[in-house]
Amino acid sequence: MRVHRAVFARGLRRHSAYRVATLSGLLTNSVFGVINAMVLLALFAARPEINGYDARDAVTQVFVAQALLAVVAVMGPPLDLEERIRDGAVATDLLRPVPLQSWWLADDLGRAVYQLVFRAVPTFAVGALVFDLRLPDDPLRWVAVLTSFALAAVVAFGLRYLYALAGFWLTDTRGVWAVAGLLGPVAAGALLPLTLFPPAVADVLRLLPWASMVQVPAEVLLGKESLPGGTAAGGPALQVLWAAALLALGALVTSRATRRVVVQGG
Amino acid sequence: MTSSHDDRPIIETLGLSRDFTLREGPLLRRRRRTVSAVRDVTLTVRPGEIVGYLGPNGAGKSSTMKMLTGILTPTAGRVRVAGLEPSRERTRLAARIGVVFGQRTTLWWDLPLRDSLELTRHMYRIPAADHARRLAELTDLLDLGPFLATPVRQLSLGQRMRGDLTAALLHGPELLVLDEPTIGLDVVSKAAIRAFLLRLNAEEGTTILLTTHDLGDVERLCRRVVVIDRGTLAYDGDLAGLRASVPAPRVLVVDLAAPAPPVEVPGGTCVRVEGPRQWLELSDNPAAVIAEITRRHGVADLTLREPDIEHVVAALYRGAVPSAD
Repeated sequence: MRVHRAVFARGLRRHSAYRVATLSGLLTNSVFGVINAMVLLALFAARPEINGYDARDAVTQVFVAQALLAVVAVMGPPLDLEERIRDGAVATDLLRPVPLQSWWLADDLGRAVYQLVFRAVPTFAVGALVFDLRLPDDPLRWVAVLTSFALAAVVAFGLRYLYALAGFWLTDTRGVWAVAGLLGPVAAGALLPLTLFPPAVADVLRLLPWASMVQVPAEVLLGKESLPGGTAAGGPALQVLWAAALLALGALVTSRATRRVVVQGG
Repeated sequence: MTSSHDDRPIIETLGLSRDFTLREGPLLRRRRRTVSAVRDVTLTVRPGEIVGYLGPNGAGKSSTMKMLTGILTPTAGRVRVAGLEPSRERTRLAARIGVVFGQRTTLWWDLPLRDSLELTRHMYRIPAADHARRLAELTDLLDLGPFLATPVRQLSLGQRMRGDLTAALLHGPELLVLDEPTIGLDVVSKAAIRAFLLRLNAEEGTTILLTTHDLGDVERLCRRVVVIDRGTLAYDGDLAGLRASVPAPRVLVVDLAAPAPPVEVPGGTCVRVEGPRQWLELSDNPAAVIAEITRRHGVADLTLREPDIEHVVAALYRGAVPSAD
């Protein structure tokens, strides 16, 4: 719909105003990526292969994680919707003839695309300059990678939208973020590749939605057989399932929230 | 505008009620208490009416407005707006009505006003030509021209309110719901907005429901006044009837040439003295009282004050509503 396109474009434009934040974020991502990569290189110096990952795989995933961190916002920031629920401004969102979830999805995808172009790509480029990353030769795989990155943003929105809706019941979602901001990056494989966990734990984490934000895109890029179905297409397939499930849940919770719960403020 | 709906009520509520459950007390001994915000409100508004919905803070005005617009579900009773059930058909209803909350904005804070108004075209699927024509009309009537290109965060409150009104009206809604539309505005802005609303109502037949604490809004705009108190309807009728239902005296403010003891005249009771200025509640013909005062004292100035609606309403609550639950 046209309205979503306009909301998307505005999300994109709004974030392009924060140039200094983009630059400092880029610096942080690069520095942390380098540190994280050195630690993993030290680890892999002791053992050349862990659960199907070698040092190059691990370092590549580190930079996928650093690149995607701003896109999927797994450690925040929350959606603006969250603040609007807290102060009652969500009332005006609800008075539009547009579903709440699709409106905010369009807005957040605008933000994600901006972050993809101006944070993810440069961060990954820094990684590729400093380290020997494992990059696909097959152009089709690059298509799969981009698809997987885009789906990561949708899954990430689905989760953050649910965190935000919790605000209808909790009035303050800082507690939600305290837990999600800590466990989210771990479960996503952003702190360490999930491969480094004991296989039983990794297998469970891989199936949870958080893995769709970093671990799955990284494995798509690396062409790992640990993806569902053992092919690069299995990753996006799992992500599509999670995106659909989370958006469906989001729609359900939205209607419950607006039916049962009070919009704050007079 | 829409002739097919002319005779059917645009707002219809029957026994509309809303309770809130509060949890109180320390964490371990927390008790639940049910508070009734709106109780058994039955109200019918016909197309083309301008209705003022009055009541003190906490009386249930906002809760009623939220139920009418579909962002709050009633605990009991029935509500239909434009033939729809608001909380169930909220997004459909949103396309038929316009809503402005005086203390909130629907405009995009960081973008030029024009962008937010352009968005409404897609939001309400307004044909481009209709949108352009209506925007030109509203730009003219509300004098938006000078600040269409200004980011909303740089607008004055009065400009922002005009922008919000425009955003709510571009799709030509049958019903305009306004929650304190003139709050915080200066006299000139208030007058402009009132004149605009009257014209909108007269020329397009748009039904207007507004809450306000502003006497001027009510007196200029509302042919019908509904008063809500502690959740229940306390009055429904015209403004003159509301005044008549409560004995609220007119007040004569007299500036004497020099400070004096409280003036004693037949038909007036002095209720306040401040230096040379005195306030007299009138129980009689003001002309006679004024003549008497000017005969006895040196008078520098005189003002006759009508009872303002807040006092009428306050008196109505004290007198007309049973004291116990």
